[in-house]
Amino acid sequence: MEFLSPGTLEEALAAKSAHPEAVPIMGGTDVMVELNFDLHRPSALLDLSRVSELAECGTDGPHVRLGAGASYTSVIERLGGRAPALAQAARTVASPQIRNRGTVGGNLGGASPAGDAHPPLLATGAVIELASERGVRRVAAREFYFGPRRTARQDDELITAVLLPEPAGPQHFSKIGTRNAMVIAVASFCLAFDAAIRTVGTGIGSAGPTPLRAAEAEEFLAAELDWEGRRPLSGAAVRRFGELVASAAQPIDDVRGSAGYRRHALAVMARRTLGWAMAEYQKGETRCA
Amino acid sequence: MRVTFTVNGDPVTAEDTWPGESLLYVLRERLGLPGSKNACEQGECGSCTVYLDGVTACSCMVAAGQCQGREVRTVEGLTGDQETGAERRLGTVQEAFAEAGAVQCGFCTPGLLVQADDLISRTVGAGQAAPDDPEIREALAGNLCRCTGYEKIIDAVRLAAQREQVLANATGGADSEPDKGGERE
Ligand SMILES: Cc1cc2nc3c(=O)[nH]c(=O)nc-3n(C[C@H](O)[C@H](O)[C@H](O)COP(=O)(O)OP(=O)(O)OC[C@H]3O[C@@H](n4cnc5c(N)ncnc54)[C@H](O)[C@@H]3O)c2cc1C
Ligand code: FES
Ligand code: FES
Repeated sequence: MEFLSPGTLEEALAAKSAHPEAVPIMGGTDVMVELNFDLHRPSALLDLSRVSELAECGTDGPHVRLGAGASYTSVIERLGGRAPALAQAARTVASPQIRNRGTVGGNLGGASPAGDAHPPLLATGAVIELASERGVRRVAAREFYFGPRRTARQDDELITAVLLPEPAGPQHFSKIGTRNAMVIAVASFCLAFDAAIRTVGTGIGSAGPTPLRAAEAEEFLAAELDWEGRRPLSGAAVRRFGELVASAAQPIDDVRGSAGYRRHALAVMARRTLGWAMAEYQKGETRCA
Repeated sequence: MRVTFTVNGDPVTAEDTWPGESLLYVLRERLGLPGSKNACEQGECGSCTVYLDGVTACSCMVAAGQCQGREVRTVEGLTGDQETGAERRLGTVQEAFAEAGAVQCGFCTPGLLVQADDLISRTVGAGQAAPDDPEIREALAGNLCRCTGYEKIIDAVRLAAQREQVLANATGGADSEPDKGGERE
């Protein structure tokens, strides 16, 4: 097995284009499980942990630009105010040791429907930056997930960054599992208000072949919300929102939970996150940077 | 491939490694450092926790090739007074675990020691208050112990943090405390 160890992004892109079959490894928290258990013997590993450009976090126009190689720990430490939903999700990932190594880019690279970064990226309208020797392109998170573990990324491309819009309203993430730490979501949900353009974003995790949005629920809630007066929603509207979220899921029965339980849990999480978001919205907080 | 890095301050070279083998395997099988334990090889148990460039990580989740030029500190490196060549003294966290009865079979202990050492150096060692119980539980959430029921482990971490606090106060600042390892930033 070859071990490619580029020191710069330019070298990394050249290596990926010369070896499109090479498996990128960043934090290694997905890749190493496969190697340790001999589930997969790639012909080459492409180590991205030395590419400092990938670990950077900065600003890009109206976006926060989070390097694909930034660890969950750094997301928690640095983005609590600027990307609250993603930071909330990062806090629920695994354990401190895994959060020190695991990255949002790795979560997107693996594209497991259970990955905790996906619902916040979907709900907040994040954009994923892909680069290859052919150039750089940007794909909305909402157009990134194609099928089980299949994404918009081409073989010669690397995920270089995630662009996160400045929050313009409350954002909340919720996840169901058997304990607080070290748990792959049985189901997860993210809700984000954009009070500037009066839209609502949603993201559903672990309840379908890919991370999903609940488009009908988004439209319903955006129309139902009293954006100006910030009056409370009726109980019927809250319940309807929960039902619409649950019906957008495409869950299956598996070892972690049944399809029925997942739908039930999603309706509960949808109502709960909506309660948190409304309470925050009524206080007039927008949680800007 | 040949991988050269430092372990507990000493430069080491592992020859003929398969680049996809884990740092844990390199430490135990190639470098004769069996302190870090192998219990799950999938990041779930924390018994292989080491410092990698000052940040704790499961060594089973790090590829050998990724370690080139890096600094690793293992449980073997938590003992005090090594540089004097004197009789090996246990570090504060190690002593506290022994005293509090936080060790039964001992398999989880090395990982817990490194993770607890990190918590204490990020709090007391950085001039902040000793961690409270929820902070201790959160820091150790990725370390499984099948024997102790955790209570004595929490007692041990509390005890170690108090002792470090006393030491820090006595020496007038955390920075002069020699037995700390988790320089983070
Ligand atoms: C014990 C344990 C608990 C876990 N718990 C959770 C959890 O609670 N929630 C959760 O979401 N995940 C969890 N995971 C999974 C894992 O930690 C995450 O998916 C993490 O985000 C992976 O990041 P990484 O940098 O370690 O990825 P790596 O393992 O380095 O890579 C993951 C995948 O992405 C590809 N890749 C990496 N970087 C790039 C890039 N720049 N461009 C293109 N492809 C790339 C790799 O080839 C690989 O397919 C857990 C893992 C373990 C071991
Ligand atoms: S052996 Fe590494 S976490 Fe269990
Ligand atoms: S003392 Fe036996 S596993 Fe913890």
